[in-house]
Amino acid sequence: MNKLISRITPGGRFWVISVPYLWLFLFFLAPFAIVLKISFSAAAIAIPPYEPLFQYVEQSLAIALNFGNYIFLSQDSLYFAAYLGSIKIAFFSTLICLALGYPMAYAIARSPREKQLVYLLLVMMPTWTAILIRVYAWMGILSTNGLLNSALMSIGLIDTPMQILNTNTAVYIGVVYAYLPFMVLPLYANLVKHDHTLLEAAMDLGAGKVKAFWKVTVPLSKSGIIAGSMLVFIPVVGEFVIPELLGGPETLMIGKILWQEFFNNRDWPVASALAIIMLAILLIPIILFHYNQSRAMERNA
Amino acid sequence: MNTRPTFSVFMLWVGLAFIYIPMIILVIYSFNASRLVTVWGGWSVHWYVGLLDNTQLMSAVKRSLQIAFFTATAAVALGTLAAFVMTRIKRFRGRTLFSGLVTAPLVMPEVITGLSLLLLFVAMAEAVGWPAERGMMTIWIAHTTFATSYVAIVVSGRLGELDQSIEEAAMDLGSPPWKTFLLITVPMIAPSIAAGWLLAFTLSLDDLVLASFVSGPGATTLPMEVFSSVRLGVKPEINAIASVILLAVSLFTLLAWFIARSADKRARAPAPDDAAT
Repeated sequence: MNKLISRITPGGRFWVISVPYLWLFLFFLAPFAIVLKISFSAAAIAIPPYEPLFQYVEQSLAIALNFGNYIFLSQDSLYFAAYLGSIKIAFFSTLICLALGYPMAYAIARSPREKQLVYLLLVMMPTWTAILIRVYAWMGILSTNGLLNSALMSIGLIDTPMQILNTNTAVYIGVVYAYLPFMVLPLYANLVKHDHTLLEAAMDLGAGKVKAFWKVTVPLSKSGIIAGSMLVFIPVVGEFVIPELLGGPETLMIGKILWQEFFNNRDWPVASALAIIMLAILLIPIILFHYNQSRAMERNA
Repeated sequence: MNTRPTFSVFMLWVGLAFIYIPMIILVIYSFNASRLVTVWGGWSVHWYVGLLDNTQLMSAVKRSLQIAFFTATAAVALGTLAAFVMTRIKRFRGRTLFSGLVTAPLVMPEVITGLSLLLLFVAMAEAVGWPAERGMMTIWIAHTTFATSYVAIVVSGRLGELDQSIEEAAMDLGSPPWKTFLLITVPMIAPSIAAGWLLAFTLSLDDLVLASFVSGPGATTLPMEVFSSVRLGVKPEINAIASVILLAVSLFTLLAWFIARSADKRARAPAPDDAAT
């Protein structure tokens, strides 16, 4: 009898898997289906502000699929420009972060063990600190009568203050500033595992220091480069806070547009359609990141 | 052979200067007596004293701390389970989807997650009448969901390094799996659980975008409060509150670091047997 009960009732293994699984499924994956659904409905002045997709009309289920939102998005060049602008800013910031972050991670990985933790802490500390505040700190520095302009004028480099705040330059500075630690950390985690004897072997075989670095160290750190780049690129495409606070009228980024459609225009269906297209654009990078991560995790296990 | 990477060390210091100088400037200017943020008017703690009288701000701080506490606690429970599943259970139906669900929130743009969760809550309220109103509860759910992924990554790193033979020995001696997990595994991964808790706490305290989407009337968190005044420009009061937040989070991070370091030292200390042989 006891055996029968234990066969019918699921065991501990089942619960261990299903609790986090259900939570993530319900609150992370399932909502995308609702976004997709609402992106096909029409906006309405109601609470909630959209028309139902499924309706019982004369005892039969009528599905009012409405492609209007997507057609609307494709006809207004503003949205296309915003997607392009987001991808461009994300791409170049990723490159700048990589160029800055790689030597930083390399230096940390090559320093003595006790110092490594201190450096890591110094790099990580701001990651965990309010992004809002770090972006805000730049507003005071970059504004027309801010510290940077006063400093440049006092040493005579420029005569009149430059407009930096509310331009794309300020957005680049803010993005690189906010996301640099996300590049350094995975690169460090990769570089610290490298076997130095490989480099020595390359040099013994006649490769110069520079050649050994490009032929041995860089290829070996490929998964770190992928992880860092994806950790920067993907969230930056949807970034809202930085373009809102540091960007200006010339800054077209999709996260900001989506926010405006949702909060200012209260057009939930168009905001949903914007999110679905963004998700479609980011799907390949996200899958790439995921495979890279799970490979690294399996090597760990 | 000269292996000192001089160029990279130089870049490291440039990078660290780039990271820290703006924050130091912010803190210095929070002590500025002048109302004009760009003009230095002498030292003053005027703006800090003013913070205490700002009841709206103080209630937002209290609300944010509460949400962060419950988020961290729930995320540690869910994240540790998720990490255990990913490192110890090699085969089950839907494993690929599961690991995708754990890693994707790390990179998913917050505007997408925020919008989709809000739409879920609205749809649920229509279908089952819950959540009747949005506020701290819905913010807590949103924060727990994305903080769980961070905890899972932190904890699974440690779980992967563990020597599983101790767990196997306990099970061979007749300890049921749940007891083995609580008495053997959890104490061994305790430092990373603590670090995960602190990480989840700061992530929740920091979040603006998710909270803005899923919050309801009256439930304003600290970042939402700061954001609405920052939008209007640089103000000395904001410099003061920003410095307080920086200090608080730095202390938290230092704490997490000390926990991680002491665990690292213990793991590295040679066992007595090794020393004898």
